[in-house]
Amino acid sequence: MKRSGKERWLSFLIFAPSVAAVFIFVYGFIGWSAFISLTDWRGLIPSYEIVGLKQYASLMAHPRFQRDMINTGVFTLIFLAGNLFFGLVLAALLDRRLRGTNFFRNLFMFPMAVSFVVSGTVWVWIFNPNSGLNAVFQLFGFDSGKWGWITDPKMAMYCVAMAAIWQMAGFTMAQYLAGMKGVSDDIREAARIDGAGEVQVFRHIILPQLWPVTVGAIVVLSHISLKIFDLIFVMTQGGPARATDMPGIFMFETTFRGDFFARGAAIGIVMLIMAALLIIPYLVYSRRMDA
Amino acid sequence: MSTKPLIALIALMIALTPLLSCQTDRKPDHEMDKAADTEAPPPSALKTADGELTIFSWWTAGGEADGLAEHIRLFQEKSGGVSVVNAAVAGGAGTNAKAVLKTRMLGGDPPGTFQVHGGSELIDTWVKSGMMAALDSLYDEKGWRGKFPDALIDMVSWQGRIYAVPSNIHWGNALWCNKAVFEKNGLTPPETMEQFFAVCEKLQKAGVTPLALASRNKWPVLHLFENLLAASGGRDFYMDLFAGKAAWDDDRVKKALENFKKILEYVNADHAALTWDQACGLVGQGKAAMTVMGDWARGYFVTQSLKPGEDFDAVATPGTKGLFFVITDTFGMPENAPNKVATKLYLSIVGSVEGQLAFNLKKGSIPARTDVPTDAFDPIAKKTMEYFASANLLPSAAHGSAVIEDFVVSLNDQLSVFLSEKDVDKCAGAFAFAANDAGLKKD
Repeated sequence: MKRSGKERWLSFLIFAPSVAAVFIFVYGFIGWSAFISLTDWRGLIPSYEIVGLKQYASLMAHPRFQRDMINTGVFTLIFLAGNLFFGLVLAALLDRRLRGTNFFRNLFMFPMAVSFVVSGTVWVWIFNPNSGLNAVFQLFGFDSGKWGWITDPKMAMYCVAMAAIWQMAGFTMAQYLAGMKGVSDDIREAARIDGAGEVQVFRHIILPQLWPVTVGAIVVLSHISLKIFDLIFVMTQGGPARATDMPGIFMFETTFRGDFFARGAAIGIVMLIMAALLIIPYLVYSRRMDA
Repeated sequence: MSTKPLIALIALMIALTPLLSCQTDRKPDHEMDKAADTEAPPPSALKTADGELTIFSWWTAGGEADGLAEHIRLFQEKSGGVSVVNAAVAGGAGTNAKAVLKTRMLGGDPPGTFQVHGGSELIDTWVKSGMMAALDSLYDEKGWRGKFPDALIDMVSWQGRIYAVPSNIHWGNALWCNKAVFEKNGLTPPETMEQFFAVCEKLQKAGVTPLALASRNKWPVLHLFENLLAASGGRDFYMDLFAGKAAWDDDRVKKALENFKKILEYVNADHAALTWDQACGLVGQGKAAMTVMGDWARGYFVTQSLKPGEDFDAVATPGTKGLFFVITDTFGMPENAPNKVATKLYLSIVGSVEGQLAFNLKKGSIPARTDVPTDAFDPIAKKTMEYFASANLLPSAAHGSAVIEDFVVSLNDQLSVFLSEKDVDKCAGAFAFAANDAGLKKD
């Protein structure tokens, strides 16, 4: 299969538009945002006067942004822990190859196919103190009228995290399931012959081999949680009392409602750096593994 | 040869590229501009290839959409068949639409005309950035000077030139009362803060939620708070605050926050889950006795089969008698509007007595002109029209008329924190921080 010059040309031609598009619309605009974040552009008329890191300094001193950073950290922790736990449990159950496995696998994967906006709307109904969960609890005789769910600053974060976990646990499950399928039956069989119970097989044979899957899942999931916007915007708009406010929501309001483009760009760049801090080590690590 | 179809496809795409880019090239507007300079356009002049008018708004449902349809109907009668593109974007209080509009305007694709609140939203966002055309000649031509209240024209003017035509007025500082609940408890609608709290106390004891509040979207909270600000500080102080001439940690701001804190003892516990219409619903059903909302609430009550003046009534928010918070929807002409003749014709309908009457009867607001016959309006609207003609007008911050949107975003954010922390001094301090951050000028 020797490639002719003509075919090479063709493959280049076919790839060129998407390569150009990626350079312009991804890297170009990252660069543009970084540049805007160094200016004092405020209001609709662009201003390109460089003011250095002023926007970043004022951002770090802004109480709302400080709260957003804490919220992002808390949300990411809950979201990661929940996803890894439920993903692993569901995968372990489905890996037993019991009856109905296919049905349940699809069922657990299904939420991923729904947009965050759609599922967020449904979760708002569920967590609305006047309907949803409270109504269900009342059916069972609980005095649940006082539970505020997403309207309670102390509970709201757990509510949105729960919705996000519901949505993404199927994805984590699929990752783990693929990882478990990669553990050869010979090894499991060998362990069983040596007298290991099923729990021991899982703990000592399967789990250790899932480490790369876990790292991959953490990277994918945390970049979702670091830039979460749509789900929270639909569910709480960052409220009550900043309890679920995230940098993404602050950026949206600052940029598209407040017209403070320089600060909006600075928030975006901070979010990019946070994601990069996580993903770059992973890329380096996986490259080394490949080499 | 499997590559042949691919090559053919690419060749086709390359061949199509000029065609595609042609489409975005607009026809030169010279002819239209010349026509715009002459007076009333003959209908035939509009029947050109560019005979299209895009009207941008956030009126997508209910009385608002019906009102817009009336404008469009009148326009089509007079324009001789210019097609109208109704580019409405849904979303409460226009927050989504405003973002879309900014994208269109900055991207060089302005609509023919767009809905914008008079005041800061129009002036600071669009006029100062040089994107709007002045409409003084239209006002002269149509004889509109003196037909609108001066304070209203001030809200759509900059450096002595007028930039928009107000289509309607909404009354912001209205306290809506369920009359049956008030009668049952032997109460009358309160006029002062003291009376208000006394009424609240009695209602609370009678087992009725005194005041319905909705804070799921943030603006209704600011809507209530700006009423309280005007009540504690008066009109001049209110204007000074937003002009950056008064301090945001002033005692009068703290007084308003104290009142707000006290009010929070009398509101529904689930306010964070409700939107403004649901809060009005509580009042309509008699579960709550009062709510503070703009007079678009009247339209909502009417759709719930309640009769204005009989089942429900409105008075000025306690402490704001003689003041009228104006929320005015206006229409202007972008400097680069694609079809200025059509835009001007549309604006002349928006500002006409006929247009104001047809639109406002459907929307449930009152006309911006003070010479529109009142006969067809309901009792509360008539009362509002009288009040509008005599009261001192104030721009609303919650609806983008009083101050730049960046500061509104901060106010909304601080108030949502205040709702749960109820810390007056901290909140006033945060306001002062935000005012400084937003660069409100102190002269």
